[in-house]
Amino acid sequence: MSAIRFTEQPLSHWMKTTGAESEIVISSRVRIARNLQEHPFPLLATNRHLEEVQDELKEVLGDPRLEVYGEIHPIELSALDELNKKMLVEKHLISPNLANESRNGAVFISDDESLSIMVNEEDHLRIQCLYPGFQLKEAWEKATAVDDIFEDHVNFAFDDRRGYLTSCPTNVGTGLRASVMMHLPALVLTQQINRILSAVSQIGLTVRGIYGEGSEAMGNLFQISNQITLGQNEAEIIDNLRSVVLQIIGHEKTARERLLSESRLRVTDRVMRSFGILSYAAMIDSKEAAQRLSDVRLGIDLGLIEGITPQCLNELMVLTQPGFLYNNYEGSMEPGEMDTFRARLIREKLGKGLK
Amino acid sequence: MLCQECGKRPASLHFSKIVNGDKSEYHLCETCAREKGELIPGTSGGFSIHNLLSGLLNFETVEQGKRAASPENLRCEVCGMTYSQFSKLGRFGCSSCYKYFNDRLDPLFKRVHGNTVHTGKVPVRVGGEIRTKRQIEDLKRRLQESISQEEFEAAAQLRDQIRELERQISE
Repeated sequence: MSAIRFTEQPLSHWMKTTGAESEIVISSRVRIARNLQEHPFPLLATNRHLEEVQDELKEVLGDPRLEVYGEIHPIELSALDELNKKMLVEKHLISPNLANESRNGAVFISDDESLSIMVNEEDHLRIQCLYPGFQLKEAWEKATAVDDIFEDHVNFAFDDRRGYLTSCPTNVGTGLRASVMMHLPALVLTQQINRILSAVSQIGLTVRGIYGEGSEAMGNLFQISNQITLGQNEAEIIDNLRSVVLQIIGHEKTARERLLSESRLRVTDRVMRSFGILSYAAMIDSKEAAQRLSDVRLGIDLGLIEGITPQCLNELMVLTQPGFLYNNYEGSMEPGEMDTFRARLIREKLGKGLK
Repeated sequence: MLCQECGKRPASLHFSKIVNGDKSEYHLCETCAREKGELIPGTSGGFSIHNLLSGLLNFETVEQGKRAASPENLRCEVCGMTYSQFSKLGRFGCSSCYKYFNDRLDPLFKRVHGNTVHTGKVPVRVGGEIRTKRQIEDLKRRLQESISQEEFEAAAQLRDQIRELERQISE
């Protein structure tokens, strides 16, 4: 099985459906990190060790209990070219770290792409579940069920006192990283975002741009995740994050209502200008595209723009990234042509999105 | 405290950086931190979580220094990673590193997580006894509650359950 099936379509099956609070929460993700007791962590492991890890973990895929998640396709990273790796990163199916730095890395991806299991990333095993909208609990339940199945076959490094042992001290204990991707344009527009984000970071949560550690928040998208993995159990971690996200949703909703009631004309102007630029621009760079798409998404949510589906915007979010853009581009690559092609692609998609 | 760079805005970012054993303290406001690229993890820039951890690991109090073996001699006997390598990389070499560096890990975990002991999920297959111990702790807590509320029938039941579980462990 090649990875091509996963990079042919920009939208994962899970992204085509919508979940709770989908006007503000784009997706919910849970990742759990595990290591095999008998092998050194990937940082120090020999290639032979890593091969063994891959073989042991691949064997677990034969467990009939995994059938409920649909077929799971094992893909070795070495079998992928750079472009396909990049596209898998852009779809959040693998981490940049697995794509660029892993030795003997592999990923097991389920048919609907909601489950992706990374092998020999920073840890031997990273089970990741992605759901649309605000479905943290559902994502956790699926991840822990898959974890239980793996646990039946292999010995995980576990310590009575420290819990699951991970390569990085920031993951020890539960190995759990739960995160929620939120679209918060009204909090940005009303300049409340910094206050809220700094409050969030004071209670054991972190905020990142959408492509993980070290990336900038583009298009008003923020990823909020737990920082603490030791000393809190999984339910506490998920509940803590859930309640904070619920509060942020509340603030964003209030800010949106205030924008509509107090500066409807200005918001409408901003949203429509962005819609106009995306509909007619001949060139657009990725940063502006992200910002304008955010405005249009807000316009749809506020009922100012009709006839475009959120799915169309989700698709554009993925399609306008460099890997997918390049893959869809036929012709020579002159400087500036990326921006021309990006603009054309957006024009066409928005045209198709209009009824 | 004012930002040491611009001297105008209040410093909101405080950290130490250790380069080749030389420690320097920084007190910056967000704007200057951004310009200097000394960013906290989670925003952007070149300051990764491993850099930050490395800073935490190299920082130690006098008391810890006395109590634990000197870091030069500390080495994981399974994978061979030394403590000083660990403190540079910010990552363990294998699961046994946790055992060999154990004496020095509590302060680190306290800083990163605010806690030192795992209270979450336990593997079913290998964790039978751990689970039972956790269950006993939980029952003992409930027992104390029952007694304080003078619910002695419930307390007696809880006491019996605790005895039964303790018997199972001792077998």
